Amino acid sequence: MPLIENGRIGEDAWSFIPDGEPVPNDRPVIISFERWQAERDSFDGRNAKLGVRLKSGTLAGAIAADLDRFALVAVEFAKFRDGRGFSTARELRERYGYTGEIRAVGHVIPDQYLYLVRTGFSSVEAPEGTNPDSWANALTEVTIAFQPSLDDTAPLSLLRRKLKVG
Amino acid sequence: MSAKDRSKEGSMKAITANRLRDGEVVFLGEGGVWVESFAEAALFPRAEADGVLAPAKEKAEREQFAVDIYAFEVVEQDGVPVPATMRERIRTAGPTVRLDLGKQAA
Amino acid sequence: MNHIAPGARAGIYHYDEIDRQFVAERVEQFRKQVDRRLSGELTEEEFKPIRLMNGLYLQLHAYMLRIAVPYGVMSATQLRKLSAIGRRYDRGYGHFTTRQNLQYNWIKLEDTPAILHELAEVDMHALQTSGNCVRNVTTDPFVGAAKDEVVDGRVYAEILRQWTTMHPEFTYLPRKFKIAISGAESDRAAVRIHDVGLLARRNDKGEPGFSFYVGGGLGRSPFVGKLVREWVAQEDFVAYLEAILRVYNQYGRRDNIYKARIKILVHELGLEKFTQEVEEEFARLRGPKYRLDPEIVEGVRQHFAPPPFEELPDHSEALERAKAADPAFANWLAVNVAEHKAPGYAIATISLKPAGGIPGDATCDQMDLVADLAERYSFGELRVTHVQNLVLAHVKKDDLYDLWKRLDAAELGSANAGLIGDIIACPGLDYCALANARSIPLAQAISARFADPLRQRTIGELGIKISGCINACGHHHVGAIGILGVDKKGTEYYQITVGGDPTLTTAIGDILGPAVTETEAVDAIEAIVDVYLANRSDESERFIDTLKRVGHAPFKERIYAAD
Repeated sequence: MPLIENGRIGEDAWSFIPDGEPVPNDRPVIISFERWQAERDSFDGRNAKLGVRLKSGTLAGAIAADLDRFALVAVEFAKFRDGRGFSTARELRERYGYTGEIRAVGHVIPDQYLYLVRTGFSSVEAPEGTNPDSWANALTEVTIAFQPSLDDTAPLSLLRRKLKVG
Repeated sequence: MSAKDRSKEGSMKAITANRLRDGEVVFLGEGGVWVESFAEAALFPRAEADGVLAPAKEKAEREQFAVDIYAFEVVEQDGVPVPATMRERIRTAGPTVRLDLGKQAA
Repeated sequence: MNHIAPGARAGIYHYDEIDRQFVAERVEQFRKQVDRRLSGELTEEEFKPIRLMNGLYLQLHAYMLRIAVPYGVMSATQLRKLSAIGRRYDRGYGHFTTRQNLQYNWIKLEDTPAILHELAEVDMHALQTSGNCVRNVTTDPFVGAAKDEVVDGRVYAEILRQWTTMHPEFTYLPRKFKIAISGAESDRAAVRIHDVGLLARRNDKGEPGFSFYVGGGLGRSPFVGKLVREWVAQEDFVAYLEAILRVYNQYGRRDNIYKARIKILVHELGLEKFTQEVEEEFARLRGPKYRLDPEIVEGVRQHFAPPPFEELPDHSEALERAKAADPAFANWLAVNVAEHKAPGYAIATISLKPAGGIPGDATCDQMDLVADLAERYSFGELRVTHVQNLVLAHVKKDDLYDLWKRLDAAELGSANAGLIGDIIACPGLDYCALANARSIPLAQAISARFADPLRQRTIGELGIKISGCINACGHHHVGAIGILGVDKKGTEYYQITVGGDPTLTTAIGDILGPAVTETEAVDAIEAIVDVYLANRSDESERFIDTLKRVGHAPFKERIYAAD
């Protein structure tokens, strides 16, 4: 599936390994949060990068204590209308100080891309056949925001600001 | 006797939708053509309606022509077919409180 | 874009270049989204939340477009634009809603980007008037004018309007989210039936702060908002709301649309546990980054500076003469005019409830007239109330008689604000895709039955509120008399409740008995009124007070005796 990063289709170095299949040790892989819970000891001493995929109902707090083990957290959107993932990403960044990659997976649409970036996502797994122009546009068509972005340290006092993204 | 009771026997169904680009209420007419007037809507025996609905819905959605496509009950009143429910009567005619608006005004 | 200044003296938030650029960008964004829908790139499922967040619903006959009137205040220029849009793209009228907005009923999807473009010319939009996001923040329709005002709710409503606009985290909430602010001693904004209701007040030092009520709402499971925090200082105003929204976004139910509002979360978690979650989140959100800077509050406040009132004596000879000479005017004055904080001025309610009329509807001609009158008599500004009327908030007492004569000539002079003819009704099955029964015909029949203005005044304060389905857009639960339309095997029936109250003493009404037909409903309302008049201790005892004192029994007996 196409990976969207910085408004463009990018190379995906990661692969998701379904539960029950053997986990390769020589390349970056994403496992489910459920598998992590059940088999966490088996990943001790692993050298290649590890990522974890959270179902939309699994909130940031559930993985907070283990964040230093993951170079990537994939946050699932069961349906694009289910906006829990926006809070999950924001909590990962702001409350738990996570600095690795946060990836949106599942059902998201280009019209949500700006919201994803502004709540701390780094990349999006888009459906096959997606229109790349729509993703590129999504970061540039609105250039003003009324809330501070995640990486802004400025106080809330500046209600309106020009966005730096895009 | 309520509309529902009356419709149990020998009643028919019509197929309706809202046109995507303007929201206009439309009905499936003869030969699969969508029409704006209920008087031109095709009527299907209850048992056949679902079989007509599925492909009509698929086609109208694929062509981005209409949304909210479904079948509704039609009964005969004084020899004229009318929708069985108040909701569909209002959709075929217009608001009961503004007789100057909607299809009834045309 | 052809920008038209919306009126410098109106008490609205005046856009600057950045605000205008933002709205213009959003219009262009929606234009592209419509194109992507028509081309099939966006499915209807994907497009629906997008169009809803731009105010566009699909109703029974066409699309319905709901325009945001921020906290219900607009300028005469803006109202004229709404009228022009109604003529050009709709059918010559609009409908004012209980959320202080305006909606058109006959809109085409393909026209919508052009309509939004025209709205942007007068600094208006339809953003977030629908969808599972934070909706238009409402406040007291007498804001900035009422004698009992403590804090100007517009200032904080505007701060929230900005902060919630396209909020990246809170635009796909479990369900819609409605906020109301009241800054006066009497609650004219029904704060405790909102997802978040804010009572603005001042502490001993005169500093503004807020009581937060959470989890109010009507619909299938009505709840009165519960007090979550007695005092939130101004600087924490946004942070506290953010904590509430984050808890709701994470824990609110998404498995059942009827259980997705925050009221159900508060109910299921319990007030204590919910409050604890919010307080934990809030404790983390304190600090400079989340502080609402007083300078910004001041900056917003300057937009709402009082208009240049003249120094006038409070007593108006002209008014007294007119009152003595014209009993119909005297009646309107007693019923529709409220006290103003500036001497010599008054607040005039324009009733959109003529006897037998459609509650909340105004023709484009009427809108143009009200715009003219607002310019002539009220600094070019007007308000929309949550009971679907309009208000000219700053009218000189000397001008009231002239104002009323002009209103009356355009069927806008009904003297029934707060009385039995001042009925709230949702659009019901005549327009709405969700409705089970019609609301408007019943409202028309009741207001026609009680058309006599003196009879209405004799009956006194009595709010009737009608909804055509359990979603309760007509606020029936909090009507002194509430009416809910239901469908029984294809026939419309109406269930009557009594004892509801939308003010600070908020109460949900009780069902009086089995549902009745439309004709029976009008007779039943009249019977209820007769029982009240026969039982009230004196003329000053309001309907709901008599009801409390004598109970339901006499009313039930009278209505259902024949069964």
